[in-house]
Amino acid sequence: MAQESELNFKATELRLGLPGTDECEDMISSVKNNNKRSLSETVEDNASKDITSPETPPAPKAQIIGWPPVRSYRKNNLQTKKTESETGIFVKVSMDGAPYLRKIDLKIYNGYAELLKALETMFKFTIGEYSEREGYKGSEYAPAYEDKDGDLMLVGDVPWNMFMTSCKKLRIMKGSEARGLGCGV
Amino acid sequence: MAYSFPEEVLEHVFSFLCSDKDRNAVSLVCKSWYEIERWCRRRIFIGNCYSVTPDIVIRRFPKVRSMEMKGKPHFADFNLVPEGWGAYVYPWISAMSVAYPLLEEIKLKRMVVTDECLELISKSFKSFKVLVLSSCEGFTTDGLASIAANCRNLRELDLKESEVEDLSGHWLSHFPEHCTSLVSLNMSCLGSEVSFSALERLVGRCPNLKTLRLNRAVPLEKLPNLLSRAPQLVELGTGTYSSEVRVDIFSNLSEAFSVCKQLKGLSGLWDAVPAYLPAMYSVCPGLTSLNLSYATIQSPDLSKLVSQCPNLQRLWVLDYIEDSGLEALATSCKDLQELRVFPSDPFGAEPNVSLTEQGLVTVSEGCPKLQSVLYFCRQMSNAALVTIAKNRPNMIRFRLCIIEPQAPDYVTLEPLDTGFGAIVKSCKELRRLSLSGLLTDRVFEYIGTHAKKLEMLSIAFAGDSDLGLHHVLSGCESLRKLEIRDCPFGDKALLANAAKLETMRSLWMSSCSVSYGACKLLGQKMPRLNVEVIDERGPPELRPEICPVEKLYIYRTVAGRRIDMPDFIWTMDEDAALQHS
Repeated sequence: MAQESELNFKATELRLGLPGTDECEDMISSVKNNNKRSLSETVEDNASKDITSPETPPAPKAQIIGWPPVRSYRKNNLQTKKTESETGIFVKVSMDGAPYLRKIDLKIYNGYAELLKALETMFKFTIGEYSEREGYKGSEYAPAYEDKDGDLMLVGDVPWNMFMTSCKKLRIMKGSEARGLGCGV
Repeated sequence: MAYSFPEEVLEHVFSFLCSDKDRNAVSLVCKSWYEIERWCRRRIFIGNCYSVTPDIVIRRFPKVRSMEMKGKPHFADFNLVPEGWGAYVYPWISAMSVAYPLLEEIKLKRMVVTDECLELISKSFKSFKVLVLSSCEGFTTDGLASIAANCRNLRELDLKESEVEDLSGHWLSHFPEHCTSLVSLNMSCLGSEVSFSALERLVGRCPNLKTLRLNRAVPLEKLPNLLSRAPQLVELGTGTYSSEVRVDIFSNLSEAFSVCKQLKGLSGLWDAVPAYLPAMYSVCPGLTSLNLSYATIQSPDLSKLVSQCPNLQRLWVLDYIEDSGLEALATSCKDLQELRVFPSDPFGAEPNVSLTEQGLVTVSEGCPKLQSVLYFCRQMSNAALVTIAKNRPNMIRFRLCIIEPQAPDYVTLEPLDTGFGAIVKSCKELRRLSLSGLLTDRVFEYIGTHAKKLEMLSIAFAGDSDLGLHHVLSGCESLRKLEIRDCPFGDKALLANAAKLETMRSLWMSSCSVSYGACKLLGQKMPRLNVEVIDERGPPELRPEICPVEKLYIYRTVAGRRIDMPDFIWTMDEDAALQHS
């Protein structure tokens, strides 16, 4: 009953205020009523003011201007780091004779040492010691990769960062083929 | 009695007075002391550029050599002050270029500085030595080129966190080959790469260079070249601290650091890679200041690093350090005075690191000299705050930011009034306080009752009513700066404490409940205050008087109303009704 009369009142209300005063009343009442949970009009998404029931998932966090109080240059520094780490560089790794391939994220390794150690663990073998002259000596395995041009290259020749961007897939070669690739003649 | 001393003798005595407070006191003794003092004051500090005009300053102090000034309100750091607000330094530079030809130092904070200003500085002051631009904006690297090229005796160029339009790195090459006077260079806020050979030569020919803060663009493998040319450095800001891991780079770096026996402060360390941290271990025992707030390394590496720095007095770090790292800090760094922990993921909904209130409690227990804290975290309890207060009654600056607004004590779900109350009750020398979390009017009662030395207070999303604001304004005797956002504080407290505002530097209130009518009344009642309404919705005249204003900035001044305001700011005074936007 009260609702019915309210609907009519608002429509036929005689007001002396200038156009736009509605918003002022809303502002005063909202500040007064929201004493405890007073997220002000600066909140861009007002939907977050509603208390949600347990079933509905919480509304996405609305960003309040200037909160938390972190200066822009700090925020910018962190953001670049974040986007960098979110995109991984996943490449397939195959080993001659193994029944199936694996996939690894090159981004999580700091360099060749870490990568090779991870491969050794993953496929349970030992890679020999790297030297520019002789490739991987002391083992019948050689880690190779296919680069952007489709060529089969020995892992370790180029700087790590260059390797990360040019490596398309890894292949752990075994046996005579490996020796041909790795060692000098 | 005073007139029997020759002026020169008094002047000589006054030359030993450094603090403004002392000099101001001396000026009040009698007319002749006022006169003598004003002619020999060499340094002036103006905390609010709009509190006075260049003419008034120059008229009173004709022989100034060093000038320091601040512009925008502190909340400008968090984008709460609209673009175009003001704080232009040009009128000051212009007036001083005529009045103070012997000016040597200009230090500005949160001001708008143009290339024109920089060029004018470089050409007007023949003995110019020190330029510090802290959080300033409005200039480009071309302006820096003028300074580099024309200031023959430049000792200090410090661009602390300013926003510079980076046109190119070429500005550095404008330092003439005969410039050997540099003592301090901070270019860490710039993006562009400078000519490395020019930088190398500059560093090599300045034997008194003590502070060098590089920008991110300087690659790690080149750092040894600079360090070997400046082994006398006391403060170093590295460039990017990341590179492919190579033995030769590591050994060069390690060797270069080992030669820097005077190094006390280290910063920069962008993108720090754990593999290269041991290269700096040789300087760690001597470090008193370490800024790791750009180093995204994890807790184990951070713990290891701080454990090598037993003489550390100041640590700035990201919350990657976690509670475990702070425990290592508390164990190893017994001289620690200042700790700042910044959030690595301020906008994430869930915590990404294991940093809680416990870390801060541990440091408060282990570090007896801890007096200055800035701490971002996601949970806090009254119990923790009470413990911190008990451990550290010597606290001077306490700024706590619980990331979720109005977060209660996570254990009891109560407001954090008791905890902050304990802080102000125990820490009798507290000068600066920033509040966060769920807070009622009660916390302000505690603050008004106990925080008698408090000079600066920052409040957000707190309080229930005007009573809260009233407690602060009527109780905090030493209050100079008060900044408030999103609190239900309105007209009553403000009008009842109008006189208090003349004893303060400034008051900022945004998204509160102060009505336009109250602002007008205050402006009319208090002619020595500028009551400025900032409202981007348009002229407040077009809305009813009871309508709250968006933002309000009140400050004492002898300059009268501003004449350089943008169209979204209105000064409330006797002519308020006659003003147009």
